[in-house]
Amino acid sequence: MDMEWMAWTTPTAIFFVCIALMLAGMTVWEVMSPTVEAKGFLPMRTTRGDRLFIGLLSSAFIHLGWLAATDVSLWGAFAVSLAWIALVIRFG
Amino acid sequence: MSKAAVLAPGSLSAPANIRRSSARVSNRTIILVCYIVFLMLPIYWMVNMSFKTNEEILSGLTLYPHNPTLRNYAVIFTDPSWYSGYINSIYYVTLNTIISLTVALPAAYAFSRYRFIGDKHVFFWLLTNKMAPPAVFLLPFFQLYQTVGLFDTHIAVALAHCLFNVPLAVWILEGFMSGVPREIDEMAYIDGYSFPRFFGTVFLPMIRAGVGVTAFFCFMFSWVELLLARTLTSVDAKPIAATMTRTVSASGMDWGLLAAAGVLTILPGALVIWFVRNYIAKGFALGRV
Amino acid sequence: MDKVQDNRAWFLIIPVFLIVAFSAVIPLMTVVNYSVQEIFGPGQTFFVGTEWFEVVLADERLHDALIRQIIYSLAVLAIEIPLGILIALGMPGGRSAKTSLTLVLLALPLLIPFNVVGTIWQIFGRGDIGLLGATFRAIGIDYNYTNNSLDAWLTVLVMDVWHWTSLVALLCYAGLQSIPPAFYQAAKIDGASKWAVFRYIQLPKMRGVLIIAVLLRFMDSFMIYTEPFVLTGGGPGNSTTFLSQYLTQMAVGQFDIGKAAAFSIVYFLIVLLFSFIFYTIITRTGEGEKK
Repeated sequence: MDMEWMAWTTPTAIFFVCIALMLAGMTVWEVMSPTVEAKGFLPMRTTRGDRLFIGLLSSAFIHLGWLAATDVSLWGAFAVSLAWIALVIRFG
Repeated sequence: MSKAAVLAPGSLSAPANIRRSSARVSNRTIILVCYIVFLMLPIYWMVNMSFKTNEEILSGLTLYPHNPTLRNYAVIFTDPSWYSGYINSIYYVTLNTIISLTVALPAAYAFSRYRFIGDKHVFFWLLTNKMAPPAVFLLPFFQLYQTVGLFDTHIAVALAHCLFNVPLAVWILEGFMSGVPREIDEMAYIDGYSFPRFFGTVFLPMIRAGVGVTAFFCFMFSWVELLLARTLTSVDAKPIAATMTRTVSASGMDWGLLAAAGVLTILPGALVIWFVRNYIAKGFALGRV
Repeated sequence: MDKVQDNRAWFLIIPVFLIVAFSAVIPLMTVVNYSVQEIFGPGQTFFVGTEWFEVVLADERLHDALIRQIIYSLAVLAIEIPLGILIALGMPGGRSAKTSLTLVLLALPLLIPFNVVGTIWQIFGRGDIGLLGATFRAIGIDYNYTNNSLDAWLTVLVMDVWHWTSLVALLCYAGLQSIPPAFYQAAKIDGASKWAVFRYIQLPKMRGVLIIAVLLRFMDSFMIYTEPFVLTGGGPGNSTTFLSQYLTQMAVGQFDIGKAAAFSIVYFLIVLLFSFIFYTIITRTGEGEKK
């Protein structure tokens, strides 16, 4: 089967591998120590998985906002996002 | 628990007419009737136009055909691409409804009965596919189905429509299944039913109204969708609605023909809903959608 | 109802998972791949990084389309939700022939293929041959949906109301049907007004289905494509060019695949954000009802 039309690039491949690893990691973590719904600074009770999703989705918007607003390297947005995801997962 | 008690939730219906006091009833009924008139007018206009000659359409407004003609329909029925259009559409819609129900039933059962790792996230992920704009997926879909050799087949359209119909089916069925008390499952297992036997002989009959409603929604969304269906087909599996655009553009602005074609594409849907109306009423009466 | 913890339930999910993943994940990955490249043809691609995203985010026409889209979706909700509730309240209860007939008539527009909906309104709205257009002309309103932006926009809106209010009404009807008759009897004994019955019995019972209705209508109107395409083709000017139209123009018309893919992702993220917010509200409403 010719899958060349999918037009893979190294960066996007790394991106999806990271997502897959993250999902696998969360599953393993969940098996080892099941999450408890907890109330953090977010307006509703969330599980770890919820907080990861919220972190990732908001990171996407952080990246888009960064692209739209500044000419600074996107790695800045990446750093901000990482910090934000860590914050949400720990305290969300 | 006896068999009769087991079947009770399916036969519950609320004879709820007590709420209406006379003065307010008429107001609300008037709104309803007005709205139905508003719904029917454009459809009537198209049906009306389909029986007119083009001369009559263009020469002025007539509320009913003064010289009724079947010419428009004759044109359509002498064109073989119309038959195949109908058959194609009905074929892939049926296929899609069957696939959607088959895979959605066990999944909906799992969601309504068990907690498991990632359950809520999978459920949400399924729903996001219902919400993904099809326009986003058009090009990769075309490429994907071409690659796996399914382009221009009925199964391709049926599979593509699963993208939004399967999540919808899981969603609706989960609602119906949650309405069935858990004790029934446990009773059946204690009585020595295996899971497939319990599911087929006890559980399914209890939620058959729900299955009917789900099948209706699957049929509906697959039947009316055109963007994906048109992208994934060229000749062999071309849907009726796409045949319609082609026939019309090939003959210029032939209003009578366009109207007749429109009427013919409404008919199958109207027939289906007429035949399932009691199921729908029953499903809605269960109050779980 | 308490659910049982059992990870073997995954086996029941696998068919759904595979079938949806096939149609969703592979195309989504492909769109992401396209979005960082300039595509000239099969095998002729150049990596351009985030350039397309910058272009899309700075695109004035896209901003306009997005604003138009949001206004349109809000208008759709503002009209269809209250109207749907009103219609549901007027529907006959019980299982009579009248109920069946009402259901059939209401559901009819939902079963018309999208492009035929456009055709119906095209025929209905035209000034020369359509009942609606001709009536407007007869009473002296200069109505022309092919030339006048406002008329076109309103026609698309009315068409959407015509097409989809039934869905809201049917969902609300299902919610109303789940109210036990005893509630109404109690309200009658208390001498509750019609408004009180609506506010304290009917509306709370409809809350679940209403959120589903809002969700479905918001998402579907946010993706509207076929009907305005047939009716107005996005014109006159750009007055009825919504996001999907713009996207399809870009991908198919100009063959700007990289840009269209980047746009798709932004579009998808917006939809995902709204979906998540709505979904969180739905599930939390469900929890609140159980307590």
